[in-house]
Parts: sequence; structure tokens; C-alpha cells
Amino acid sequence: MAVEQPDMKISIGSLLLKNPVMTASGTFGYGEEYASLVNLHRLGAIIVKGISLLPRQGNPPPRIAETACGMLNSIGLENVGLERFLSEKLPFLQGINTPLIVNILGDRLEDYQQLAARLNEEEKVAALEVNISCPNVKQGGVAFGTDPDMAYAVTKGVRRHFRRPVIVKLSPNVTDIKEIAAAVEEAGADAVSLINTVLGMAIDIGSCRPKLANIFGGLSGPAIKPIALRMVWQAADSVSIPIIGIGGITTPEDAIEFMLAGASAVQVGTTNFINPKASEEIIGGIGTYLAENSMASIRDLIGRARRA
Amino acid sequence: MPAYQQRAEIVRTEKLTGDIFRFTVKAPDIAADSRPGQFVMVRTGEGMDPLLRRPFSIHQVAEGGVVQILFKVIGKGTQALANLQAGYCLDILGPLGRGFAYNTQHRHYLVGGGIGIAPLLFLARQMLKKNEPSAIKVLLGARTGEELSALVVDFASIGLDVESATEDGSLGKQGLVTDLMTPVKNGNPAMVYACGPYPMLRAVVGASREKNWACQVSLETIMACGLGSCLGCAVLRADMNGYVHACKDGPVFDADDVAWL
Repeated sequence: MAVEQPDMKISIGSLLLKNPVMTASGTFGYGEEYASLVNLHRLGAIIVKGISLLPRQGNPPPRIAETACGMLNSIGLENVGLERFLSEKLPFLQGINTPLIVNILGDRLEDYQQLAARLNEEEKVAALEVNISCPNVKQGGVAFGTDPDMAYAVTKGVRRHFRRPVIVKLSPNVTDIKEIAAAVEEAGADAVSLINTVLGMAIDIGSCRPKLANIFGGLSGPAIKPIALRMVWQAADSVSIPIIGIGGITTPEDAIEFMLAGASAVQVGTTNFINPKASEEIIGGIGTYLAENSMASIRDLIGRARRA
Repeated sequence: MPAYQQRAEIVRTEKLTGDIFRFTVKAPDIAADSRPGQFVMVRTGEGMDPLLRRPFSIHQVAEGGVVQILFKVIGKGTQALANLQAGYCLDILGPLGRGFAYNTQHRHYLVGGGIGIAPLLFLARQMLKKNEPSAIKVLLGARTGEELSALVVDFASIGLDVESATEDGSLGKQGLVTDLMTPVKNGNPAMVYACGPYPMLRAVVGASREKNWACQVSLETIMACGLGSCLGCAVLRADMNGYVHACKDGPVFDADDVAWL
């Protein structure tokens, strides 16, 4: 018998989400950019563009190159910085009835701690997502995300300064995702989100030069979905905190796959650039799937493919 | 300004040359809110390859809620688009970005190169609502006369004076569009509205500065979202200290606000 109103609610630590679909950092601006195209109140959570203590200019152009079923980017974490985020971006988000998750990044451990301490004072900031996995900056970024001891230290520092849930965003550009995931869980993370982009490149055979000014960039989009799904499965082997699946999610079916692999929630990323309505379509599509398969709750999906 | 994501039926396709196409699509909301110099982001089909939307400046807006785009086939996205037929419903997002600023105080020079001529026809039509045709001069350049002839007719048909330059000399003066600016006497203030490839724009900006004319340029960059979210369309600021973004701060910029390298 079909279930008429499946329960879509899900918890990430102490944070209760109305549904498991979030917008990935760096693909949804500060929310306001999408206000005329998306019903922001319907989203599970909004994760804003990564914030550093001070504004960052980002990398020189070209910053983007399209590849088969994907895109490379080397934006270089361009952002308005903490103060302008608080004064210019946060007021709009205060009016949106959807949990706000702020992605934070830094060059030093202290940067992360200062960001966490200041954002802890803003009640609207429901959770932090700690970016230790950006492939496009020379300092910090991925350096923290490829060494389990560094990942542990960053997580521990943020944990100490922020009372609400802490999510740590993991890089796929590592030998053993299980080791990193276990390290951040031990440091007190409430959840892990994965994957960030996969390091890649493209060359223009006309000019015989790399297509990105930065040479390397992060690959995202449908092309990376199988890699992401595999890593979510591996992370689920290694940690018991919730996993948030990211990587090429375009349709409700993609999101369901990630949840079956062990994710408690998902983030929609690159697809926001192509189809701003994708997150809403995915929320609707998951509900339909649950109803059609007589599942009363979204929780019935989590890790179901892992059961013998 | 709100943007709209619409399924817009292609009501007419025109092949102007071997690789230049003009599509007319029915997109009433976008048509109603568009200003000259703004753009739309278009999906070139249903699949995931090519993945990204393609940006096109709005070529014309006409009665009946239709919008036109003019494009040249340069890669797999524009090739996929060119293969579409009338009746197909394009996924189109717009109107986006900051358009041209214009008033009645100046003499106006509309300077276009190649496919960059596209937004100038919309601009010319809107300007004519408040300006005498004699205040507007259109200077067009392209590689060949074949690429240019249909567009020259479009501008002439709305009563504007058009001068052309082609690299092969097959239409108008042989040379570059900036060669058409050189003989114009200095003196009265004028505003230049330019769109075309980067080297042409740089030359137009140089020629405008020599004459002490203000100049607005419409810049084309690679972009993923068109909404100010991906930050892919970075353009170096004039002070070389940081970037503006073609999708939100542009695509039309005051030439003095961006760096010319």
C-alpha cells in the first residue's frame, strides 16, 4: 500500500532538517542569487559560498572549463569575507525559513577557530561546514584535508568554538577516505560531507595551453557521481556519524542512490548552475519514490543497499 | 531584478550564413523585462553533454512576447543548438546581467564586430524611441560580407545610417571596424557602445579614448550559471586589484572599469 505522506525529516546531529536536500557550497551563492528561481523555504538547508576571515580575490581567469558531463573550476575561494558576509549577506538569509549552514575555510588553524567563534554568536547559523578540501588554493584548503592529523586538529578547533553541529567536508583526492573520515569523527564532528571536487585538468589543443589559468581545477558534475558514491559507501564503513553525499547529483534517482549507499542527506551542486529548480525537483522525486515503494520514512532509505 | 526559467518554444529558425543562426523563441516574461545588453542562458538540449548552459545576448525583443538570439556555431554547444528545429521548447533563463545605459544627451556610436553585433540591434531599436535616427551611427565589422549583409539590412531597415568594414573587403571598407572610427571628427561628446571579440574591443576603447568619448563594452566570458553564483566569469578590474563578474556586474561595463591587457 502506498504511503501518502512519507516522513522526509532527517537529523544531522542536533539539527533537524525538513528534508535531506541541501544546496552545496559554492554553487548557490549566498542564497539571494536564486531567490526569484527557487522556493528557498522548501530546501532542506542552504549552504553558502565558503567564507574566510578576510575577503579573497580568487584565481585569475579562465576559471572554468567544460568537460564531458562535467566542469572544471579553479575559482580559488573568492568570497566577501566574514564581516561583509555578516553585514551584507546574512540579513537576507535571516528571512528564509530554512536552516543556514555556513561553509568556512582558512589558511591556519586559528582562522577556522576565529570563524567558528564569531559564527557561533549568530543564532541563524544552524551548522558549520568546515572546508578542508578545496583543491584550488595553495595554502590551507586541501592540505588540511589530506592529512588525518591535520584534519583532526582543524575539526577539534572548530568543535571547541561552535556549539551547534559541525560538518566536515572531505576531499576525494586522498588515498584512504576512511582514515580521514574516522579522524574527524574522533575529533568531534557531527557529520561528514563528501565529496568535494576531483582534481583534474584540460588542455586547449588550439593554443596548446591548459584551459584553466590555474592549470589544475576541481572536476564536478555528473561525471564524478560514481566516484562520489563509492567514497560515500567507504565512509559509511568507517564512521557512525551521518554522511552527507555530494557529487554529480542531478536527479531524484541520483540522490536516492547516495542514500541507499549510506548517506543521511545530500547536497546538490553543479546542477544548480544548469537547472536552478533541481533541488526542489529532487525533494519532490524522493517523496514520490518513498510513497511508491511503501516506505514511511526517508530513514528507510539510508544504507539500505548495504544490508545483506 | 527577477529572472525567469522558462520553456520557450522555438517559433522560427533562420540560417543567415553557413554557421550563423538566428532563433526566435516565445518567452513572454523574459521579453517583457529585457533591456538592451542583457543576456539569457540557454540549454542546448536535454542531455548532460554539453553540460552547461550557453550565454547569448538578447538580439531583439518583438511583439508577441518573442525573444531572438543570434549565434555562430563555434563548438559542440552551439552545434547542438543549431540542430534544433522550430517547435522544440528551449530551456531558457533570463533576462540576466546589466545592460547598456543610454540617454538622449549624446551622439551614439554602436560599434559591433562579428557575432558581437547581436545586442546592438535591440539597443538601436530601444534608442530610436527617444532619439532621432541622425543621432545614432552604426559601425559594423566582420571577416566577410556574407557574415554582415543580413545585419546591415536589419539596421538600415529601421532607418539607421550603417557603415561596414570587412577584412576581405567584400562589403564596405576593407579593414577593421575601428578604421571606421578614425575619420570621425573629434569634438562633440559621444558615447560608444561596443560588442565584439576582445582585441576589437581593446582597439575600440583605445580609439574612443583618443577622441575623449565615453565607451561601454559588452564582454563575453566563459560562465557556468549567469546568476552570480559560480564566480567563473571573473574580469580583471581596471585597478588590477581583484575581479568583477561579467554575469552580474556586466556583461556591459564602462570601459574605464575593467583592465585592458
